[in-house]
Amino acid sequence: MKITEQEVRYVAGLAHLQLTEQEVGRMAHDLDEILTHVEKLNEIDTAGVAPMAQVLYQAESNATLRPDTPGATLPNETALANAPLSGSGQFKVPRVIER
Amino acid sequence: MNVSTLTIGQIQQGLRAKSFSATEVIQEALRYAAAENPKTNAYLLFSEERALASAAESDRRLAAGADPGPLAGVPLAVKDVIVTRNLRTTCGSKLLQNFIPPYDATAVERLESAGAAVIGKANCDEFAMGSSNENSAYGPVRNPVALDRVPGGSSGGSAAVVAQGTAVASLGSDTGGSIRQPASFCGVVGVTPTYGRVSRYGLVAFASSLDHIGPFARTVKDAAVVLREMAGRDPHDATSANAPVPDYSASCGQDVAGMTIGVPREYFDGLNSETGDQIQKGIQLLQAQGCKVVEVSLPHTPYAIACYYIICTAEASSNLARYDGVRYTSRSSGARSIGDMYNLTRGEGFGAECKRRIMLGTYVLSAGYYDAYYLKAQKVRSLIARDFQQAFESVDALITPVSPFPAFKLGE
Repeated sequence: MKITEQEVRYVAGLAHLQLTEQEVGRMAHDLDEILTHVEKLNEIDTAGVAPMAQVLYQAESNATLRPDTPGATLPNETALANAPLSGSGQFKVPRVIER
Repeated sequence: MNVSTLTIGQIQQGLRAKSFSATEVIQEALRYAAAENPKTNAYLLFSEERALASAAESDRRLAAGADPGPLAGVPLAVKDVIVTRNLRTTCGSKLLQNFIPPYDATAVERLESAGAAVIGKANCDEFAMGSSNENSAYGPVRNPVALDRVPGGSSGGSAAVVAQGTAVASLGSDTGGSIRQPASFCGVVGVTPTYGRVSRYGLVAFASSLDHIGPFARTVKDAAVVLREMAGRDPHDATSANAPVPDYSASCGQDVAGMTIGVPREYFDGLNSETGDQIQKGIQLLQAQGCKVVEVSLPHTPYAIACYYIICTAEASSNLARYDGVRYTSRSSGARSIGDMYNLTRGEGFGAECKRRIMLGTYVLSAGYYDAYYLKAQKVRSLIARDFQQAFESVDALITPVSPFPAFKLGE
């Protein structure tokens, strides 16, 4: 086994993803299978190979720079329109700090 | 007028000859699409009002003697991972069942400016994760060519509407085959352009370094026109290429004699005989047209899926972190604390495939595993790209099967 149920619970915590007990078992099985498959990459010697960090590798290094000029932004009301809960022009979330 | 067989060129001719108006084409397309949709479930929503407004504008321009644009009167469907202003965009997910985007994707904005009428949103796998369209929270899509079979995925709805004749063209997205494979399964033209060719602004992010928007159409020429109209630099997408956009459609019908076509041998291992026969016919057709066909090798092909799986899930785990219960419509009713809000909203909202990919992506990026998985995959990715660069030194194009087998049955 490459991954235990305990590790699955740890990773689910990192991902902020609630899993049922049944999902934890299934996930351990599925991830184990995938991790075994991707081990195939270790067959390749990548010494001296640079990781691909940029897809547009033929672009000039400043290709993604632009003048820093202010443009239009969404009005407050529009930006909040899809919020499950909002008020006073803000997103509302459950209390973070207990009194 | 038979809306199920019209091409963009025929619509342009018909409008200019006054054989029909843009409004008539769009009304007929909406009627036909609504009547046919129960067979395939390819559309998640119809946008009559918006489509008819586009058509009315095209007709107004025509009446005034102005150019209505190269896509005037063209019924267009948009994959539901591409945002449309004031038009619900679900990404095939329960999590976004009420999401109304406040802006249009650049691709949509450009096609509408060229006259296209958005008639509806196309079903897809949840957050574009899947290859059969069975991962949609709104039910699977059926292949219009054979209703017991899948249309492919994740852009299954976008391919199906074109195959069914309920849209003249559609937009899909492709991260690891999600335009190419459904186009193949449904027997329509699909183009995944070079990364950066079409702005990703407004494409709900799955794996940002792999995501592409591209067209589906009935003919290569139609796909070329749609691509031309939406391609090009967009200040809203820093990765969009700052390169001129040629008129791709002008190349259609030109002679291919003298071109060199590469056949990568690794793509022909384990091929279903039916698929292999079709590819051979295609190769013979090109030879008969005067192409030189040579065998080439892309030696890292067997590692592509493993490499893709690590990179796409890593990026997905990061991109899908935004669905936290704060901004995007859904929040678990059971959430009492901020931690619960994140965990429960995501646990209840995402389907099984999304959860699996978020988990794998989180794992490969986590402390202690990053170098072994993510960094390794990024290095292998460089080698895969090098394979293609080397092949293109000696060939003009490559021909490969899209999938080793044709469309399979639902549930298989």
